[in-house]
Amino acid sequence: MSNTTAAAAQERLGLLRVLGPGHVWALGVGIVLVGEYMGWNFSVGKGGMIAGLVACWVAGLLYTCVAMIDSEVTSTVAAAGGQYAQAKHIVGPLMAFNVGLFLVMAYTMLEAANAITIGFLLDTVAGMLGHSGLNQKPFIILTILALAWLNYRGVLASLSFNFIITAFAFVAIIVLFLSVQFGASAVPLDFSAVSNEPLPYGWLGIVAALHFGLWYYLGIEGTCQAAEEVRSPARSLPFGTMAGIMTLLIAATLTWYVCSGLIPWEYLGNAGTPLFDAARVTGNSGLMVLLFIGTAFATTASANGCINDASRAWFSMGRDRYLPSWFGAVHPHYRTPYRSIVFLVPIALIFALGAPLDQVITFSILSGLLGYTFMTFNMVMFRRKWPLGTIKRGYVHPWHPLPALLLLLICGATYFAVFLGYGTQLIAMLSFYIIASLWFHFWRYRFVRRGDQFTMPWPRPIGY
Amino acid sequence: MDIWNYLEYAAWALSALVAAIMLLDMFRIDTTYDNELLTSSREGELELTQERHEL
Repeated sequence: MSNTTAAAAQERLGLLRVLGPGHVWALGVGIVLVGEYMGWNFSVGKGGMIAGLVACWVAGLLYTCVAMIDSEVTSTVAAAGGQYAQAKHIVGPLMAFNVGLFLVMAYTMLEAANAITIGFLLDTVAGMLGHSGLNQKPFIILTILALAWLNYRGVLASLSFNFIITAFAFVAIIVLFLSVQFGASAVPLDFSAVSNEPLPYGWLGIVAALHFGLWYYLGIEGTCQAAEEVRSPARSLPFGTMAGIMTLLIAATLTWYVCSGLIPWEYLGNAGTPLFDAARVTGNSGLMVLLFIGTAFATTASANGCINDASRAWFSMGRDRYLPSWFGAVHPHYRTPYRSIVFLVPIALIFALGAPLDQVITFSILSGLLGYTFMTFNMVMFRRKWPLGTIKRGYVHPWHPLPALLLLLICGATYFAVFLGYGTQLIAMLSFYIIASLWFHFWRYRFVRRGDQFTMPWPRPIGY
Repeated sequence: MDIWNYLEYAAWALSALVAAIMLLDMFRIDTTYDNELLTSSREGELELTQERHEL
């Protein structure tokens, strides 16, 4: 009997445990760094230079709270699906289903937005070289398919690739900053607008800028999705996540500084590729090439990381039968969730080819924001049910419950900011999640093996 | 026709090739291996063997 059990256990397929802290860093920063290369600058358009800087740091504070909270919970709940697995163990099945959907929607739409951006970048280059009317579709489709194939073939190769291109894109920002500081730019830094037009749209401009301030850091919580594939989750996840948020705080501040100093805020607020545009303003062709490659690499790294994360969340939900169990399959050679990776490709293509970029980005931000709101009460419930000293934690974040309360406060302000600009989309998104919740509660949950979904060998929670 | 037109055709061809490789491999795996084995992954296996959650 014991031999049969052992044989069955040996035949079990699981995801491959090959990642280290560097891969976790590459996953988190790789998804996010594209936000420094584009998108954040709309915060300057909403409220001016000062509002852009306030949004940068307030969003930085929000994401520092996210990184600290995530590091503590994930170092304890080391399972693919990240926040989905956390919600399942700490809050309950309906919350877990919603969090899983938030993750899949946020990452799939971000992947689509990145593919659209790569098409736009190639169109820009073709235009600069004298070719007008480039058909962007084949390049968008190739980006999504090639990265899906890389993810299909194995997590080690895909995240090692992410590490290299993300590190290049980060170093490119540092080189631009140092070059401008040491006189490589034909145009000097000019911050006169800070005193001449500090807040062109008043204090409301700062609130409105918050929406796009998230773009500097959106996705750092994606490090949790690697939980089941790292060699030492309790060590690697907190280390990779905290190193990631520190990298992003540096990159975000340098980006604001260089771009705001080189580009007039009225133009910066509408620029498509602000860091590349800043390099063009310097008149230095070496910097232009460097920042163009940095933009392309950051975009590719983000799409690659998004495929990794969305597929892990979808796979976890399939494995628990929150979705058809067919999605819970692991490739016997590559040890990746191959059916989930393939299934999400056409969904990403539909968004990339059929929806405008700003709508795709907004839906991605909204799904992310709903996930951050969940983290606040998830953290409070986690500490209440399993106080410090009852289970082993890889990392304990300081000043609890202050980070959770701060996160909730900033989430509330950001909902208001999103409502100001995209109220219809906010209501549409909430309606979608309510309908999906009703479907799960009244139909899908009957297929879930209720006893099997709670896998952590924890003691009984306080109060139960 | 310039180089960008050729690149467009190359991108279409590569996309079709990558999609075909991925789908064929998926079909081969699904028809070669038992679905019970492919979906045998369970959450928390590491927890049971390595992470004791004991202080």
